[in-house]
Amino acid sequence: MTETDRKEVEETRQEAAPADERVRQVGLGARLAGKPAIGAVLAVIIVWVLFAVVAFDNNFVSMATTAAILNRAAPLGILAVAVALLMIGGEFDLSVGSVLGFSGMAIMVLVSPSAAGGLALPLGLALLIALGLAVLAGFLNGVLVQTTKLPSFIITLGGLFVFRGLAIAIPRTMTNRTQLGGFDDIPGSGAVTDVFGASIGLGGANFDISILWWVAFAVSAALVLGRTRFGNWIFGVGGDQDASRNVGVPVSGLKVALFIFTAFAAFSVALIQVSGTGTADSLRGTLIELQAIIAAVVGGVLLTGGYGSVVGAALGALVFSMVQQGIIVTGIDGDWFQVFVGGILVLAVIFNNAIRKRAQRR
Amino acid sequence: MSDTATLTDGRLLEVRDLSKYFGNVIALQDVSMFVRPGEVTCLLGDNGAGKSTLIKTLSGVHKPSAGEYLFEGELVEFNSPREALAMGIATVYQDLAMIPLMSIWRNFFLGSEPTKGVPPIRRFDIDHAKDVTREEMAKMGIDIRDPDQPVGTLSGGERQSVAIARAVYFGARVLILDEPTASLGVKQAGVVLKYILQAKKRGIGVIFITHNPHHAYPVGDHFVILRRGQVSGDYTKEEIPLEQLVSMMAGGADLEALSHELQSAAVEEHDEALAALAHDVEEVGGDHRE
Repeated sequence: MTETDRKEVEETRQEAAPADERVRQVGLGARLAGKPAIGAVLAVIIVWVLFAVVAFDNNFVSMATTAAILNRAAPLGILAVAVALLMIGGEFDLSVGSVLGFSGMAIMVLVSPSAAGGLALPLGLALLIALGLAVLAGFLNGVLVQTTKLPSFIITLGGLFVFRGLAIAIPRTMTNRTQLGGFDDIPGSGAVTDVFGASIGLGGANFDISILWWVAFAVSAALVLGRTRFGNWIFGVGGDQDASRNVGVPVSGLKVALFIFTAFAAFSVALIQVSGTGTADSLRGTLIELQAIIAAVVGGVLLTGGYGSVVGAALGALVFSMVQQGIIVTGIDGDWFQVFVGGILVLAVIFNNAIRKRAQRR
Repeated sequence: MSDTATLTDGRLLEVRDLSKYFGNVIALQDVSMFVRPGEVTCLLGDNGAGKSTLIKTLSGVHKPSAGEYLFEGELVEFNSPREALAMGIATVYQDLAMIPLMSIWRNFFLGSEPTKGVPPIRRFDIDHAKDVTREEMAKMGIDIRDPDQPVGTLSGGERQSVAIARAVYFGARVLILDEPTASLGVKQAGVVLKYILQAKKRGIGVIFITHNPHHAYPVGDHFVILRRGQVSGDYTKEEIPLEQLVSMMAGGADLEALSHELQSAAVEEHDEALAALAHDVEEVGGDHRE
């Protein structure tokens, strides 16, 4: 057999019998369909194109609108990333919006001058204490869920009311108000605002610095979830708690850590809002816990846990904000907003379920 | 195995007169059994015979109410399955083995992820994990298609096989298999039996729990029959022909039918190990007819 003959035979053999007959060459589309974030990516594109067409004359495609969308998406996105991690780990946190409102009020009550009924603490110390309180809230949620074995839905539903109540009652008792301003007058607040609450002018529009924090949260959480052992545990615990425990995953500690992280995200957003607006409001963050869950679900996170993507959740927040802003610029009555959001949620769940099943069948 | 000589009669794991009570219920009464390295001890019994309680006691979930538990000739006491696992006693449960939504490699290393780099950038060594998964599965004779595919897309037999391969890789010296062939078709059961033989060849002591004597006989060296919480029979393979084992168990499928099914599955799949198994089963039947 000559060299060319052999080559020919080799070639035909390769054509006739691929390396493993059970592995089908799947197209790019099918491979992408296996990624949980694909639904969110498509939703971002579809919703943007839709409004770009419908609301083109209303300047939807403009720096100003883009900035408004991103500024709105950033705080929700930060929460959605943390909520997504928790949901992939198999738990819910409905108290996240209340912890947000509570953290903001905590910061303001701690730093407000005594004349206004505040504690007049130095800013750095006040921030540390407020952070500590938020972490404590997350810790309590986690420990209660783990020790009672009750669904986190119920425990954190309790937390939703408790922390909202505290966010209203404590400031009212101390300062007789539920809205506190004057953050900008506190010594040292300038530096905090520069890092968390500032805006950057770009092309005639103001982009909040929180957009960078949103990206930072999403990227670091995605790396942790996808590329560390902690991330592998999150998937495992969400997929099957008992099987994970059997192979040595510290289930309880992991879940408490995830609850603390959502509370930390709530504190971060509170800090962004207090430094950005110079005020705190007891009712801030109302309903944002449900919006974060919607963003996570639109982003491909499975409600039953064990599957999902934090990048998807971050993009889910973008979809949410695009719809909100799109409706505003189009001039549709804002009353219709909730109808759209509800519709998108249901569509996203149906869509994500379908592609997940397809991806698994392969 | 050089250290085998130091073990009493080569017994790697042994229980003596083990009893387990739940309140006034006697789940196990004076059960004695053992497994040697490179041998398969089959634990047979009908539903309610006490198999599950015995496994859970062996794997460290329950503490025995009375009796001795020896590992490598030493008395041991486990407070949790993790302690048993740390000594090399790995249990593969029928349903709790794998997480369906996770990929094979993520499942394989769950709880024991290899890492690289130093903190704070220490990360899951994914390439290594994928390579090891593929290699280890190949060593057990399992050719996985794609380590990225979710375990949920594998068949029941393949899932059990991944779990067995994982236990072997992480240093199991005793492998306790809880009904690995139950709810599997004949061919799939054959696949799992093949991996039991592989584990045995690698010097692991296997405790194979089943209610099906046809699955136990081709791979077993030793048969312990549980009935109503007590050992009602304890035989080596030489001491007991399959038919007697079958008749000692309540019910059971026809031996020749199984051999036939295995054989046709083997032909269909060009699977030599399966064919050998079928041959074993047939031989046993043949011996018995003579």
